[in-house]
Amino acid sequence: MYWNREIETMERAALETLQLQRLQDTVLRVAQRVPFYQERFAAAGFTPDDLRSLADVRRLPFTTGADLRATYPAGLLAVPLDDAVRLHTSSGTTGKPKALYFSRQDVDHAAELIARCLVMSGMHAGDVLQNIMTYGLFTGALVMHYGAEKVGCLVIPAGPGNSERQLMLMQDFRTTAIHATPSYALYFADFLEKKGVDPRKELSLRRAFVGAEPYTEETRRKIEAALGLQVFNSYGLSEMNGPGVAFECPQQHGMHLWEDHFLLEIIHPETGDPVPDGEQGELVLTTLCREAMPLLRYRTRDITTVLPEPCACGRTHRRIQRIAGRSDDMLIARGVNFYPQQIESILMGMPALGRNYLIVLEGLDELTVKVELAEAGFDGQVEHLARLQSRIADSIRAELLVKPKVDLVPPGTLPVSEGKAKRVLDKRSL
Amino acid sequence: MNAVRLIAVFAENKPGQTARITRLLAEANINIRWATIANNGAFGVLKFLVDKPDAAFHQLKQNGVMVTFLEALAVEVQDRPGALHTVAEALAHHQINLDNTSGYVADRNRAILIVEVQDVARAATVLEQHKLHLLSQAEMLQA
Ligand SMILES: [Zn+2]
Repeated sequence: MYWNREIETMERAALETLQLQRLQDTVLRVAQRVPFYQERFAAAGFTPDDLRSLADVRRLPFTTGADLRATYPAGLLAVPLDDAVRLHTSSGTTGKPKALYFSRQDVDHAAELIARCLVMSGMHAGDVLQNIMTYGLFTGALVMHYGAEKVGCLVIPAGPGNSERQLMLMQDFRTTAIHATPSYALYFADFLEKKGVDPRKELSLRRAFVGAEPYTEETRRKIEAALGLQVFNSYGLSEMNGPGVAFECPQQHGMHLWEDHFLLEIIHPETGDPVPDGEQGELVLTTLCREAMPLLRYRTRDITTVLPEPCACGRTHRRIQRIAGRSDDMLIARGVNFYPQQIESILMGMPALGRNYLIVLEGLDELTVKVELAEAGFDGQVEHLARLQSRIADSIRAELLVKPKVDLVPPGTLPVSEGKAKRVLDKRSL
Repeated sequence: MNAVRLIAVFAENKPGQTARITRLLAEANINIRWATIANNGAFGVLKFLVDKPDAAFHQLKQNGVMVTFLEALAVEVQDRPGALHTVAEALAHHQINLDNTSGYVADRNRAILIVEVQDVARAATVLEQHKLHLLSQAEMLQA
C-alpha cells in the first residue's frame, strides 16, 4: 500500500534529478532572502551557481542547533512573517529554544509525509489513532495529528499521561493504533499488566508508532510482546517538521527517509567529512521543499547508518538504521566512548530484568548500572541474583570495554517518567 | 512428603528496608517464626517462615514488595553435637548440594534445621531413609 506510489517508488536517477532541482531552488531562495545564509555564503565564497551536482552540497555551510538558538525568536525566515501560519519551538536541554516557522504549504507537506508513513504501515481510513504525544509547542503530536486526518483516520488527541484515561479511550473508541514515546509505551504496558488487562483480548490495538526518543530493537520487541501489536519506528525532529522524516515499512528493517523532501548525508561528527554508506555517523539533513524556513545541512546530532540496498517493499527512498544515539548523549567513562543505548540493548535482552534502568557516573569515572529486576527474575535465591549481576557486568564489559558495577533493585525503585525518561545521572565532579 | 513453605523477599540493602517488611507483616497480624537475611552488595534476600504464608504473600505483594514462595525442609534433630553433620552427610552421600541451611533450638533437647536444596522431593526421601523426621508446616508452626 502506498499513499503516493509515484514518488515513493521513483527510479533513483529521477529522484536524484528532482533532488538537485529542489536543492538549487532552495539555495537560490535562501541566498536571496535569508541574511544568515547570505553571510555564510559570502564567508565561504559560495554562490548558488556553484551548485551543479548533488555532491556539491558539501560546499554549503552547516547549520547547527546553536545557529537556530542564536536567531531565536526571529528564526531563519525565507518568507514574510505574514506567510507563516504556525510556530513550533524545540527546547534544548540548555539555553534558548529554537523557533521553527511553517507556511501553509509546509503544514500540508508535513501531513503528506505522515500520510505516506501511516499508509506504509498498513493504516487506512477507518483506523482510530490515539495520539499520546504532547500537544503544544512540540511538533510530535500536531504533525502526526494532521497527517492521520489526511489519511482519514479518527484521531483521538489524548496527549500523554493519565493511563486510566488512556485505557478508557482505547476501550470506548476501539483505538487501533497509538503514537507514543518508547518510555510511555513501556510504562503503559506495565500499567496494563498491573491492572490485569490483557491488551490482546480487551483492546483493539494493532500498531504503535514509536519515536521521539532513541530506543533499541530489544525495547521494540518488548513493547510488541507486552501490548500485542506491531511497533513501527518513527524518526523525526522539530527542525525538520517533527515526525515523518523517516519511518519503517512492514519489513521493520530501517526507516525510509523521504528523500524528495530531505537531502541526507552522513558525516563524521568531529571532522564533518562524509562517511561511506553502511558506516555509522551523524545524520545531516537539508530541506528540499520547505517554504517558510529552509535549513541547509542541518546537524541533527543523531547517529545512524544508511542502508543503501533496495528494500523488499519497493520503495526507492533509502533507509536509515534506528538512531544509535545522540552525538550529544555520548558518554565517556575511563576514556571509552559509548551511548546509553548500548547498555539498554544488553539489559532489554535479559528476560530476568525489568524495563527501568539508570546509568550513574560518579566519583572518578565510576560507572554504575542500576536495573530493576523483573518478577520472572526472582526465585528467592540470593546466589542466582549474584550470578545474574555478574553476567550483566560481563556483557556490558564485552560491549563497552568498561566494567560497570551493577546494582539490581526491586521494581518501582528507579524514577519512571511518563515523558522522556532520564536514563543517565552524571554526578562526576571532574 | 513433609515440606515447609517459606516466603522470600527481594529488597534493597538500605537502612529501614527490613523494618518496612516486618512492619507490613505485623500490620497484617502475621507471626514470623524464623527469618534469615542474606545481603549481596546493593540488595538482600530475606526469607521468612510465617504462620500464614498466603496472607503474608498477599500483604507484601499488595504493598509493592517483590516476593516469592520457596519450598524447604524442616528437619528435626537432637540438640547435640554432630546433629547437622548427620544431615549434611546423608545428603552428600547422595550428591545433593545444600544450598542453604540454618537451625534453631526448638526446646530443651530438640533443634530444627531449615534445609534448602534444589530437589526438595529427593532430599526428603534421602533424609527419611536416614530415619530423620521432617516436620510438616503445621508441626513446624507448633514447634
Ligand atoms: Zn521498505
